[in-house]
Amino acid sequence: MSASEQELTEFRQQVSAWLADNKPADPGFLLPQSFMEVGTEQQLDFLREWQHKVWRAGYLGMAWPKAYGGGGVAPVFQSIVDAEMRRHAVPICFNVIGLGWAGPLINHIGSEEEKARYLKGILTGEDIWCQGFSEPDHGSDLGNAQTRAVRDGDEYVINGTKIWTTMGNFAKYMILLARTNPNTERKYDGLSFFLSPMQVPGIEARPIRKLTGEYGFTETFFTDARIPASCLMGEEGQGWKIAMQTLQYERGAEAGAAGGLAFERVVIDDMIDDVRDLTRDGEPLLSDPVVRDELVQLIMAEKAGALNSKRAAIQALNTDYPFSLPLSHKLAFSEHGRLMRRFAIGLQGAAGGLYVGDGQARQGGFWQRAYFNNFSTTIGGGTSQVQANIIAEHVLGLPK
Amino acid sequence: MSVINNTTLVFDEDQAMILDVARDFCRQRSPISAVRAQLDTPLGYDEALWQELVGLGWPGLALPASVGGSGLGIRHAVGIAEAMGRAMLGTPLISTTLAAQLVARATAEARVDEFLADVAAGVPATVALLEGPDWGADTCQCLFDEGGVLQGAKQYVPDAQAAGWFVVVTRHHNLPALALVRASQLRDGAISPHTLIDETKRAATVDFTGVQLTPDAIIAGEQVTVALCDFYLLGALLTAAEAAGSAGACLDTTVDYLKTRKQFGKLIGSYQALKHPCVDILMGVDAARSFVYHAASLLDDGAFDRDAEIACRMAKAQSSEVLLQAGDRAVQFHGGMGFTYECDAQLYIRRAQWSSQQFGDALHHRKRLAALLLDAAA
Repeated sequence: MSASEQELTEFRQQVSAWLADNKPADPGFLLPQSFMEVGTEQQLDFLREWQHKVWRAGYLGMAWPKAYGGGGVAPVFQSIVDAEMRRHAVPICFNVIGLGWAGPLINHIGSEEEKARYLKGILTGEDIWCQGFSEPDHGSDLGNAQTRAVRDGDEYVINGTKIWTTMGNFAKYMILLARTNPNTERKYDGLSFFLSPMQVPGIEARPIRKLTGEYGFTETFFTDARIPASCLMGEEGQGWKIAMQTLQYERGAEAGAAGGLAFERVVIDDMIDDVRDLTRDGEPLLSDPVVRDELVQLIMAEKAGALNSKRAAIQALNTDYPFSLPLSHKLAFSEHGRLMRRFAIGLQGAAGGLYVGDGQARQGGFWQRAYFNNFSTTIGGGTSQVQANIIAEHVLGLPK
Repeated sequence: MSVINNTTLVFDEDQAMILDVARDFCRQRSPISAVRAQLDTPLGYDEALWQELVGLGWPGLALPASVGGSGLGIRHAVGIAEAMGRAMLGTPLISTTLAAQLVARATAEARVDEFLADVAAGVPATVALLEGPDWGADTCQCLFDEGGVLQGAKQYVPDAQAAGWFVVVTRHHNLPALALVRASQLRDGAISPHTLIDETKRAATVDFTGVQLTPDAIIAGEQVTVALCDFYLLGALLTAAEAAGSAGACLDTTVDYLKTRKQFGKLIGSYQALKHPCVDILMGVDAARSFVYHAASLLDDGAFDRDAEIACRMAKAQSSEVLLQAGDRAVQFHGGMGFTYECDAQLYIRRAQWSSQQFGDALHHRKRLAALLLDAAA
């Protein structure tokens, strides 16, 4: 059932036209650049309405079964939609843990009942999902999770703390990694995976105020919280395997995700466009030789990233250190993002000292906030320093 | 249009095969002991090795079959330059390749076939271009009179001691022109070798005063100006490819040492203060290689377009910077050993400084990139 080139081209044009017609107007407040930055009800309502609109138009969950709210077509259509959404720079589809983690997992290994209960709400945006993997004492060491789940009749009793729970205060469900057996030989074998409700007594999601002054994550406390035993996914002890499986869907629609943008992409062109009207020493900023040299270096870093992705696919050009490009991608990308955002603020002159909320702040303080939020990429998923250790040890073979 | 724009990167089976052969050849025929054995020889390379390399068809790789070449595109030479850089193999191959490209791009007339056929057969050639240390200057005092007699000297002429042919950049009717000069036309003592910071390389000041040119030896016309622009870029690219190879080898040398040297009871490679800079260099080499092969993907026998120019300049800027850093850290991370002539780190830090200054350093290219990237769309 492969679509013809012509069919895909026509579809792309159709999507592009729809996005051009339906891209929301500037709401007058800053929108989250990623699903990890939804901090206010105002932002939530806006994004929920947008996601619902995308779904109603048939542009979300296109490859998921029709019976559960999906479109039942080949994933390539959703990939086209995602690419067009990026190109049109429309708002994100915010329910990312549902669309890209929980949803595909349920679609692949869930029971009929689970699919019927959960999938459609994920697509419409009605049911917000969050993720409960990380714990305060085990940031990067997921396998060591200590939150306990003890079976008691038809229920599990949960005790422990999760952290960096995205939209934990808005979520209806959580994918939860908890320890059902503390006495296994391998720490991984004692973990189980739950599709847990959030609105039950004993679960408290306390918003964490971020560096930016905004909210987006919670620390989530479980105190004798009772959830139905039917929330267990698979069997006890399979938690690690299932958690790892959820990470496989990140690669997009072709891998099973429902689609939609999870991040607003900020590229060097955006930055250059945003500073073009500035001056320095009374002259156009972009005529300043020092600024020009810095900008060229940032352009080169971004271009190197794009070229590295191409070269990674050419075996003959990866013989020295075959894992170098795949393992260094995150470090290069996240650090470039940090340096670019930081430099963008520095170019604003006195206005660089303003922040979100000040009427004079350029682009509403977009770059200031973007710089701070970018630390979620240089810290989350393994800090840059841990990444450098991994590359040193696994690519260069340096000792621990 | 995005400033990133073109991200073409293709590498065909021919290129892969040539790269594979070149790396094997260089690994076997140019171990560091062989490199060191040539440091104080007049020509800086082993004639027998050069003949093997000629046998592989490398000098004529990008020249047409009609003059004895292989008829492959110049992009195929890029992998060879990288392999030679990796092995620190100093031969006149890059100088010779560039000289042939300059002439072949400047004219299609049959009168240069003899020169091109000599190159394809393994006679080293070089371009006599600079008259001072500034790569951005276009002054030219090396001129010929109405009788075709040259007057003036050129500096920093690479591989002048080995060259059988010189392509002298001169002027004719106030436009750039080229003069083909055989080594045998030079008077005794015309070549004064420089003492180079990189002892694997050779260059000299060459005095062309008194050389009598025949009309056939002079290449003039507007096409010369275009060919010269492309020559600068191609020189930058091949130097970049060589530098990327050297930087990779330099990193390997440092990493090997960090894996074996113990201090305070542990392998020093376990210290993050040494690990992390190595990772930075690795990522810098990765970026350099991506730029180099991206640029190679955009080259053909025609004039270079804007994207190709951007790619060549980025390749040189990136490769020069990372080799400078790799050589610098190689010396530092070898500790006291790194301060000795015996330590191989000296080969790389010297190569870095030499290579950085060929065809313009990183600042030179970034300045021109700024104009290409930031002004065009304004």
